Amino acid sequence: MLKFGYLAMIAFTVAGSFWLEIFLKVGVLRRIKRVLLSILPVATLFIIWDLYAISRGHWHFDSEQILGIFGFGGIPLEEFLFFTVVPLAAIMTIEAVGVVKRKNSKWKFGDER
Amino acid sequence: MSYTQLALLAVPTAILFDLFMTRRRMILRRAFWTSYAIILPFQLLTNWWLTSREIVMYREQFIIGFRIASAPVEDLLFGFALILGVITLWIYWGARGVQQERE
Repeated sequence: MLKFGYLAMIAFTVAGSFWLEIFLKVGVLRRIKRVLLSILPVATLFIIWDLYAISRGHWHFDSEQILGIFGFGGIPLEEFLFFTVVPLAAIMTIEAVGVVKRKNSKWKFGDER
Repeated sequence: MSYTQLALLAVPTAILFDLFMTRRRMILRRAFWTSYAIILPFQLLTNWWLTSREIVMYREQFIIGFRIASAPVEDLLFGFALILGVITLWIYWGARGVQQERE
């Protein structure tokens, strides 16, 4: 069970945000093109940061508490999931705020036509 | 560069991206700050999990050493830059007409 330590955090983040799809109908997942255009550039920069930080020893991972699957540069799989799931949760959050507040003209989100 | 320096660089970079490159001005909007206020406790909680259990460990020489809920304070800057960057770009594409509507 120990090796699911990091993955548990990923699962918690998914559970804590994806319910917004069902109950608030934020409709983020069905807008997959916009999701990819938003997440890929930012995630790429942060993975470069991750690569640098791991190579310089800024941070490291307990090999007992990760799955042990690594991508390029020795980045654990969980890190790639992190940079996918956390941005998704952030997008779902502002869209959830939008579901509640877009009707209020005082709340401008910046993407109005 | 240390983690502290990179984290201090990431935040103004994200703000420049928001204010000037995309001109979405998210940091001036209550929609952004409301979202961030919702996200922040979850960041503190998940980060506490990762750091207190030593799933992720930081070398003391690269951080300032001040910790919040067991995580280096730099992580808050890291998280802020990540969230501002992604939300700004999401809003940017919406404003450009890319899948703007929910339905």
